[in-house]
Amino acid sequence: MNQWKNFSKGFFKENPVLVLLLGMCPTLGVTTSAINGLGMGLATTFVLVMSNLVVSLVKSQIPDKVRIPSFIVIIASFVTMVELIMQAYVPALFDQLGLFIPLIVVNCIVLGRAEAFASKNNILSSALDGLGMGLGFAMALTILGGIRELLGNGSFFGFKFIQGDGMLVFVLAPGAFIALGYLIVLINKINKKTA
Amino acid sequence: MLTLNLSVSERRLRMAKKESTFMSMVLTLLIVTLVASAALGYIYEITKGPIAASKLAKLNNAIKQVVPEYDTIPGDEVYKMGIDGDTLVFYPAKKDGELVGTAISTFTNKGFGGNIKLMVGLLPDGTINNISVLEHKETPGLGDKMSKKKSEWSIQFNGKNPSDFKLKVTKDGGDVDAITASTISSRAFCDAVERAHKAYMEGGKK
Repeated sequence: MNQWKNFSKGFFKENPVLVLLLGMCPTLGVTTSAINGLGMGLATTFVLVMSNLVVSLVKSQIPDKVRIPSFIVIIASFVTMVELIMQAYVPALFDQLGLFIPLIVVNCIVLGRAEAFASKNNILSSALDGLGMGLGFAMALTILGGIRELLGNGSFFGFKFIQGDGMLVFVLAPGAFIALGYLIVLINKINKKTA
Repeated sequence: MLTLNLSVSERRLRMAKKESTFMSMVLTLLIVTLVASAALGYIYEITKGPIAASKLAKLNNAIKQVVPEYDTIPGDEVYKMGIDGDTLVFYPAKKDGELVGTAISTFTNKGFGGNIKLMVGLLPDGTINNISVLEHKETPGLGDKMSKKKSEWSIQFNGKNPSDFKLKVTKDGGDVDAITASTISSRAFCDAVERAHKAYMEGGKK
Protein backbone atom coordinates (compact mmCIF):
# COMPACT_ATOMS: atom_id res chain seq x y z
CA MET A 1 0.00 0.00 0.00
CA ASN A 2 2.71 2.41 0.98
CA GLN A 3 4.78 1.50 -2.07
CA TRP A 4 1.76 2.09 -4.27
CA LYS A 5 1.49 5.57 -2.76
CA ASN A 6 5.16 6.23 -3.50
CA PHE A 7 4.46 5.42 -7.11
CA SER A 8 1.05 7.00 -7.62
CA LYS A 9 1.55 10.34 -5.90
CA GLY A 10 3.47 11.62 -8.94
CA PHE A 11 0.37 11.56 -11.13
CA PHE A 12 -2.12 13.73 -9.28
CA LYS A 13 -1.36 14.54 -5.64
CA GLU A 14 2.22 15.67 -6.24
CA ASN A 15 2.41 15.93 -10.01
CA PRO A 16 5.77 17.67 -10.58
CA VAL A 17 4.55 19.99 -13.32
CA LEU A 18 0.93 20.65 -12.43
CA VAL A 19 1.09 20.69 -8.62
CA LEU A 20 4.72 21.24 -7.56
CA LEU A 21 5.36 23.51 -10.58
CA LEU A 22 8.90 22.23 -11.00
CA GLY A 23 10.75 21.88 -14.28
CA MET A 24 8.97 24.66 -16.10
CA CYS A 25 11.76 25.23 -18.62
CA PRO A 26 11.39 21.94 -20.55
CA THR A 27 7.64 22.00 -19.93
CA LEU A 28 7.13 25.26 -21.75
CA GLY A 29 9.95 24.76 -24.23
CA VAL A 30 9.41 21.36 -25.80
CA THR A 31 5.66 20.87 -25.66
CA THR A 32 4.93 22.14 -29.16
CA SER A 33 3.68 18.65 -30.05
CA ALA A 34 2.47 15.58 -28.21
CA ILE A 35 5.35 13.41 -29.39
CA ASN A 36 7.93 15.96 -28.18
CA GLY A 37 6.27 16.04 -24.77
CA LEU A 38 6.22 12.25 -24.55
CA GLY A 39 9.86 11.93 -25.66
CA MET A 40 11.04 14.53 -23.17
CA GLY A 41 8.91 12.96 -20.44
CA LEU A 42 10.30 9.47 -21.00
CA ALA A 43 13.90 10.72 -21.15
CA THR A 44 13.37 12.50 -17.84
CA THR A 45 11.70 9.40 -16.38
CA PHE A 46 14.73 7.31 -17.21
CA VAL A 47 17.06 9.84 -15.60
CA LEU A 48 14.83 10.13 -12.52
CA VAL A 49 14.58 6.38 -11.92
CA MET A 50 18.28 5.78 -12.44
CA SER A 51 19.45 8.74 -10.36
CA ASN A 52 17.02 7.93 -7.54
CA LEU A 53 18.22 4.32 -7.57
CA VAL A 54 21.90 5.21 -7.44
CA VAL A 55 21.48 8.02 -4.93
CA SER A 56 19.51 5.71 -2.64
CA LEU A 57 22.14 3.02 -3.07
CA VAL A 58 25.11 5.20 -2.11
CA LYS A 59 23.39 7.57 0.32
CA SER A 60 25.13 6.23 3.42
CA GLN A 61 28.56 6.41 1.79
CA ILE A 62 28.35 10.08 0.92
CA PRO A 63 29.35 12.68 3.51
CA ASP A 64 26.67 15.31 4.00
CA LYS A 65 28.77 18.26 2.93
CA VAL A 66 29.48 16.92 -0.56
CA ARG A 67 26.14 15.29 -1.25
CA ILE A 68 24.85 17.94 -3.69
CA PRO A 69 27.94 17.84 -5.96
CA SER A 70 27.86 14.04 -5.84
CA PHE A 71 24.18 13.93 -6.78
CA ILE A 72 24.72 16.39 -9.61
CA VAL A 73 27.57 14.31 -11.04
CA ILE A 74 25.37 11.20 -10.90
CA ILE A 75 22.45 12.98 -12.57
CA ALA A 76 24.63 14.62 -15.22
CA SER A 77 26.15 11.25 -16.14
CA PHE A 78 22.74 9.71 -16.73
CA VAL A 79 21.61 12.71 -18.75
CA THR A 80 24.69 12.49 -20.97
CA MET A 81 24.02 8.79 -21.46
CA VAL A 82 20.45 9.52 -22.52
CA GLU A 83 21.72 12.18 -24.89
CA LEU A 84 24.24 9.85 -26.53
CA ILE A 85 21.79 6.97 -26.77
CA MET A 86 19.04 9.15 -28.25
CA GLN A 87 21.46 10.64 -30.75
CA ALA A 88 22.49 7.16 -31.83
CA TYR A 89 19.16 5.36 -32.00
CA VAL A 90 16.38 7.96 -32.35
CA PRO A 91 18.09 10.83 -34.25
CA ALA A 92 14.76 12.27 -35.46
CA LEU A 93 13.51 12.81 -31.91
CA PHE A 94 16.93 14.05 -30.87
CA ASP A 95 16.82 16.74 -33.59
CA GLN A 96 13.49 17.92 -32.19
CA LEU A 97 14.46 17.96 -28.52
CA GLY A 98 18.14 18.75 -29.12
CA LEU A 99 18.95 21.57 -26.75
CA PHE A 100 16.52 20.47 -24.05
CA ILE A 101 18.07 17.06 -23.37
CA PRO A 102 21.24 18.41 -21.68
CA LEU A 103 18.96 20.74 -19.76
CA ILE A 104 17.45 17.76 -17.89
CA VAL A 105 20.50 18.12 -15.62
CA VAL A 106 19.21 21.37 -14.22
CA ASN A 107 15.61 20.20 -14.05
CA CYS A 108 14.75 20.81 -10.42
CA ILE A 109 12.60 17.68 -10.26
CA VAL A 110 15.57 15.37 -10.63
CA LEU A 111 17.77 16.92 -7.96
CA GLY A 112 14.68 17.63 -5.89
CA ARG A 113 13.70 13.95 -5.74
CA ALA A 114 17.29 12.88 -5.07
CA GLU A 115 17.60 15.30 -2.18
CA ALA A 116 14.09 15.14 -0.73
CA PHE A 117 13.29 11.46 -1.24
CA ALA A 118 16.04 9.14 -2.46
CA SER A 119 18.63 10.27 0.08
CA LYS A 120 16.24 9.32 2.89
CA ASN A 121 14.46 6.21 1.63
CA ASN A 122 15.32 2.67 0.60
CA ILE A 123 16.05 1.56 -2.93
CA LEU A 124 12.63 0.18 -3.87
CA SER A 125 10.70 3.21 -2.62
CA SER A 126 13.16 5.54 -4.34
CA ALA A 127 12.90 3.74 -7.69
CA LEU A 128 9.09 3.76 -7.46
CA ASP A 129 9.11 7.42 -6.51
CA GLY A 130 11.31 8.20 -9.52
CA LEU A 131 9.12 6.14 -11.83
CA GLY A 132 5.89 7.73 -10.57
CA MET A 133 7.28 11.27 -10.69
CA GLY A 134 8.78 10.67 -14.13
CA LEU A 135 5.60 9.22 -15.59
CA GLY A 136 3.58 12.02 -13.99
CA PHE A 137 5.92 14.49 -15.67
CA ALA A 138 5.61 12.62 -18.98
CA MET A 139 1.82 12.57 -18.65
CA ALA A 140 1.63 16.32 -18.02
CA LEU A 141 3.98 17.09 -20.92
CA THR A 142 2.14 14.79 -23.32
CA ILE A 143 -1.25 16.30 -22.46
CA LEU A 144 0.13 19.82 -22.74
CA GLY A 145 1.87 18.99 -26.03
CA GLY A 146 -1.28 17.31 -27.31
CA ILE A 147 -3.44 20.34 -26.56
CA ARG A 148 -0.98 22.73 -28.15
CA GLU A 149 -0.53 20.55 -31.22
CA LEU A 150 -4.28 20.07 -31.63
CA LEU A 151 -5.18 23.75 -31.31
CA GLY A 152 -2.10 25.20 -32.97
CA ASN A 153 -1.54 22.78 -35.81
CA GLY A 154 -4.74 20.75 -36.16
CA SER A 155 -2.96 17.47 -35.64
CA PHE A 156 -2.38 14.92 -32.88
CA PHE A 157 0.78 12.79 -32.63
CA GLY A 158 1.58 13.95 -36.17
CA PHE A 159 -1.73 12.84 -37.72
CA LYS A 160 -3.22 15.88 -39.34
CA PHE A 161 -6.98 15.95 -39.44
CA ILE A 162 -7.75 19.63 -39.73
CA GLN A 163 -6.48 21.40 -42.83
CA GLY A 164 -4.84 24.78 -42.51
CA ASP A 165 -2.81 26.39 -39.77
CA GLY A 166 -4.90 26.37 -36.60
CA MET A 167 -4.43 28.92 -33.85
CA LEU A 168 -0.81 29.88 -34.18
CA VAL A 169 -0.62 31.32 -30.68
CA PHE A 170 -0.73 27.82 -29.18
CA VAL A 171 2.45 26.77 -30.98
CA LEU A 172 4.23 29.90 -29.75
CA ALA A 173 5.30 30.56 -26.16
CA PRO A 174 2.14 32.37 -24.94
CA GLY A 175 0.06 29.32 -25.85
CA ALA A 176 2.16 27.19 -23.54
CA PHE A 177 1.36 29.45 -20.59
CA ILE A 178 -2.34 29.59 -21.44
CA ALA A 179 -2.70 25.82 -21.82
CA LEU A 180 -0.62 25.16 -18.70
CA GLY A 181 -2.76 27.55 -16.67
CA TYR A 182 -5.97 25.73 -17.58
CA LEU A 183 -4.38 22.34 -16.91
CA ILE A 184 -3.39 23.50 -13.41
CA VAL A 185 -6.95 24.66 -12.80
CA LEU A 186 -8.21 21.25 -13.88
CA ILE A 187 -5.84 19.25 -11.70
CA ASN A 188 -6.54 21.42 -8.66
CA LYS A 189 -10.22 20.71 -9.16
CA ILE A 190 -9.60 16.96 -9.35
CA ASN A 191 -7.33 17.00 -6.29
CA LYS A 192 -9.87 18.96 -4.27
CA LYS A 193 -12.58 16.47 -5.08
CA THR A 194 -10.53 13.42 -4.15
CA ALA A 195 -9.00 14.97 -1.03
CA MET B 1 8.68 -0.62 22.49
CA LEU B 2 7.88 0.72 19.07
CA THR B 3 9.37 4.13 19.76
CA LEU B 4 12.50 2.51 21.10
CA ASN B 5 12.87 0.42 17.95
CA LEU B 6 12.48 3.48 15.80
CA SER B 7 15.09 5.44 17.66
CA VAL B 8 17.55 2.57 17.46
CA SER B 9 17.16 2.21 13.71
CA GLU B 10 17.39 5.94 13.34
CA ARG B 11 20.61 6.03 15.28
CA ARG B 12 21.98 3.23 13.16
CA LEU B 13 21.15 5.20 10.03
CA ARG B 14 22.90 8.25 11.39
CA MET B 15 25.91 6.24 12.45
CA ALA B 16 26.14 4.71 9.01
CA LYS B 17 26.45 8.13 7.46
CA LYS B 18 30.03 9.10 6.83
CA GLU B 19 31.56 12.01 8.69
CA SER B 20 32.33 15.04 6.55
CA THR B 21 36.07 15.08 7.06
CA PHE B 22 38.40 16.50 4.44
CA MET B 23 39.68 13.08 3.41
CA SER B 24 36.28 11.45 3.18
CA MET B 25 34.92 14.31 1.10
CA VAL B 26 37.85 14.26 -1.33
CA LEU B 27 37.71 10.48 -1.61
CA THR B 28 33.95 10.40 -2.16
CA LEU B 29 34.06 13.00 -4.90
CA LEU B 30 37.02 11.27 -6.50
CA ILE B 31 35.26 7.92 -6.57
CA VAL B 32 31.95 9.36 -7.77
CA THR B 33 33.56 11.23 -10.64
CA LEU B 34 35.80 8.28 -11.56
CA VAL B 35 32.88 5.87 -11.78
CA ALA B 36 30.80 8.43 -13.68
CA SER B 37 33.51 9.09 -16.26
CA ALA B 38 34.19 5.37 -16.73
CA ALA B 39 30.50 4.72 -17.36
CA LEU B 40 30.30 7.65 -19.78
CA GLY B 41 33.38 6.50 -21.65
CA TYR B 42 31.83 3.08 -22.08
CA ILE B 43 28.52 4.47 -23.41
CA TYR B 44 30.43 6.83 -25.71
CA GLU B 45 32.34 3.92 -27.23
CA ILE B 46 29.13 1.98 -27.84
CA THR B 47 27.23 4.88 -29.42
CA LYS B 48 30.10 6.37 -31.44
CA GLY B 49 29.43 4.18 -34.47
CA PRO B 50 25.64 4.59 -34.65
CA ILE B 51 25.91 8.36 -34.13
CA ALA B 52 28.39 8.75 -36.97
CA ALA B 53 26.24 6.52 -39.19
CA SER B 54 23.05 8.45 -38.50
CA LYS B 55 24.81 11.77 -39.15
CA LEU B 56 26.15 10.45 -42.45
CA ALA B 57 22.75 9.09 -43.44
CA LYS B 58 21.21 12.48 -42.72
CA LEU B 59 23.82 14.24 -44.87
CA ASN B 60 23.45 11.77 -47.74
CA ASN B 61 19.69 12.15 -47.56
CA ALA B 62 19.97 15.92 -47.80
CA ILE B 63 22.32 15.65 -50.79
CA LYS B 64 20.12 13.11 -52.56
CA GLN B 65 17.14 15.43 -52.28
CA VAL B 66 18.75 18.37 -54.04
CA VAL B 67 20.82 16.97 -56.93
CA PRO B 68 19.91 14.73 -59.90
CA GLU B 69 20.57 11.01 -59.69
CA TYR B 70 24.23 10.13 -59.19
CA ASP B 71 26.35 7.03 -58.70
CA THR B 72 29.31 8.33 -56.70
CA ILE B 73 29.50 9.09 -53.01
CA PRO B 74 29.52 12.92 -52.90
CA GLY B 75 31.14 12.91 -49.49
CA ASP B 76 34.30 11.45 -51.05
CA GLU B 77 35.16 14.51 -53.14
CA VAL B 78 34.03 17.15 -50.73
CA TYR B 79 35.75 20.55 -50.79
CA LYS B 80 35.29 23.65 -48.71
CA MET B 81 35.45 27.38 -49.19
CA GLY B 82 35.68 29.95 -46.41
CA ILE B 83 33.39 32.93 -46.96
CA ASP B 84 31.88 35.70 -44.79
CA GLY B 85 33.25 34.24 -41.58
CA ASP B 86 31.87 30.76 -42.15
CA THR B 87 32.40 27.86 -44.54
CA LEU B 88 30.54 26.59 -47.58
CA VAL B 89 30.84 22.87 -48.17
CA PHE B 90 30.58 21.51 -51.72
CA TYR B 91 29.49 17.95 -52.46
CA PRO B 92 29.92 17.18 -56.16
CA ALA B 93 27.60 14.46 -57.49
CA LYS B 94 28.71 12.54 -60.56
CA LYS B 95 27.17 9.95 -62.81
CA ASP B 96 29.40 7.88 -65.15
CA GLY B 97 32.26 10.27 -64.34
CA GLU B 98 30.27 13.30 -65.49
CA LEU B 99 29.31 16.08 -63.07
CA VAL B 100 25.52 16.15 -62.78
CA GLY B 101 25.18 18.61 -59.95
CA THR B 102 26.74 20.00 -56.80
CA ALA B 103 25.09 20.09 -53.40
CA ILE B 104 26.28 23.10 -51.43
CA SER B 105 25.77 23.40 -47.72
CA THR B 106 25.25 27.12 -47.25
CA PHE B 107 24.22 29.47 -44.46
CA THR B 108 22.93 32.92 -43.57
CA ASN B 109 22.97 34.86 -40.32
CA LYS B 110 20.11 37.14 -41.33
CA GLY B 111 17.26 34.86 -40.30
CA PHE B 112 14.58 36.09 -37.93
CA GLY B 113 15.82 33.53 -35.39
CA GLY B 114 19.51 33.80 -36.31
CA ASN B 115 21.43 31.26 -38.30
CA ILE B 116 19.80 29.23 -41.11
CA LYS B 117 21.52 26.35 -42.90
CA LEU B 118 20.43 25.20 -46.34
CA MET B 119 21.49 22.51 -48.77
CA VAL B 120 21.32 24.01 -52.27
CA GLY B 121 21.61 21.74 -55.28
CA LEU B 122 23.02 23.45 -58.39
CA LEU B 123 23.30 21.97 -61.87
CA PRO B 124 26.66 22.45 -63.63
CA ASP B 125 25.43 25.62 -65.38
CA GLY B 126 24.38 27.21 -62.09
CA THR B 127 20.65 26.49 -62.35
CA ILE B 128 19.01 25.72 -59.01
CA ASN B 129 17.85 22.10 -58.97
CA ASN B 130 16.33 21.90 -55.51
CA ILE B 131 16.82 23.33 -52.01
CA SER B 132 16.31 21.74 -48.65
CA VAL B 133 16.50 23.32 -45.19
CA LEU B 134 19.03 21.69 -42.87
CA GLU B 135 18.61 23.83 -39.79
CA HIS B 136 16.60 26.88 -38.83
CA LYS B 137 15.10 28.60 -35.82
CA GLU B 138 12.38 30.60 -37.59
CA THR B 139 8.96 31.19 -36.06
CA PRO B 140 6.73 28.09 -36.20
CA GLY B 141 3.78 28.68 -38.50
CA LEU B 142 5.39 31.69 -40.20
CA GLY B 143 9.05 31.56 -41.19
CA ASP B 144 9.25 27.79 -40.92
CA LYS B 145 7.20 27.54 -44.11
CA MET B 146 10.57 27.68 -45.89
CA SER B 147 10.94 24.01 -44.98
CA LYS B 148 9.34 21.60 -47.45
CA LYS B 149 7.77 19.74 -44.55
CA LYS B 150 5.59 22.79 -43.86
CA SER B 151 4.79 24.31 -47.24
CA GLU B 152 5.72 24.23 -50.90
CA TRP B 153 7.06 27.76 -50.86
CA SER B 154 10.66 26.89 -51.73
CA ILE B 155 9.64 25.01 -54.88
CA GLN B 156 9.52 28.33 -56.74
CA PHE B 157 13.33 28.28 -56.83
CA ASN B 158 13.56 24.95 -58.67
CA GLY B 159 14.75 25.23 -62.26
CA LYS B 160 15.57 28.92 -61.94
CA ASN B 161 18.96 30.27 -62.91
CA PRO B 162 20.03 33.15 -60.67
CA SER B 163 21.70 34.87 -63.67
CA ASP B 164 18.22 35.84 -64.92
CA PHE B 165 16.19 35.20 -61.74
CA LYS B 166 16.83 37.90 -59.18
CA LEU B 167 17.29 36.28 -55.77
CA LYS B 168 15.47 39.00 -53.88
CA VAL B 169 11.93 39.25 -52.62
CA THR B 170 9.53 41.25 -54.82
CA LYS B 171 9.40 44.01 -52.19
CA ASP B 172 13.14 44.59 -52.79
CA GLY B 173 12.73 44.49 -56.58
CA GLY B 174 13.53 40.80 -57.03
CA ASP B 175 11.67 37.82 -58.43
CA VAL B 176 10.96 35.81 -55.26
CA ASP B 177 7.49 35.74 -53.73
CA ALA B 178 8.07 36.14 -50.02
CA ILE B 179 6.31 33.98 -47.43
CA THR B 180 3.30 35.92 -46.18
CA ALA B 181 4.20 37.84 -43.00
CA SER B 182 7.77 36.47 -43.09
CA THR B 183 9.71 38.85 -45.28
CA ILE B 184 12.79 38.66 -43.06
CA SER B 185 12.93 34.86 -43.24
CA SER B 186 12.40 34.98 -47.01
CA ARG B 187 15.19 37.55 -47.43
CA ALA B 188 17.51 35.37 -45.34
CA PHE B 189 16.66 32.33 -47.43
CA CYS B 190 17.52 34.25 -50.62
CA ASP B 191 20.73 35.49 -49.01
CA ALA B 192 21.86 31.92 -48.31
CA VAL B 193 21.01 30.72 -51.83
CA GLU B 194 22.69 33.74 -53.38
CA ARG B 195 25.86 33.08 -51.36
CA ALA B 196 26.01 29.48 -52.55
CA HIS B 197 25.41 30.44 -56.18
CA LYS B 198 27.93 33.25 -56.16
CA ALA B 199 30.64 31.09 -54.63
CA TYR B 200 29.88 28.33 -57.13
CA MET B 201 30.17 30.63 -60.14
CA GLU B 202 33.28 32.37 -58.83
CA GLY B 203 35.55 29.39 -58.61
CA GLY B 204 33.56 26.97 -56.50
CA LYS B 205 32.87 24.83 -59.58
CA LYS B 206 35.24 21.94 -60.00
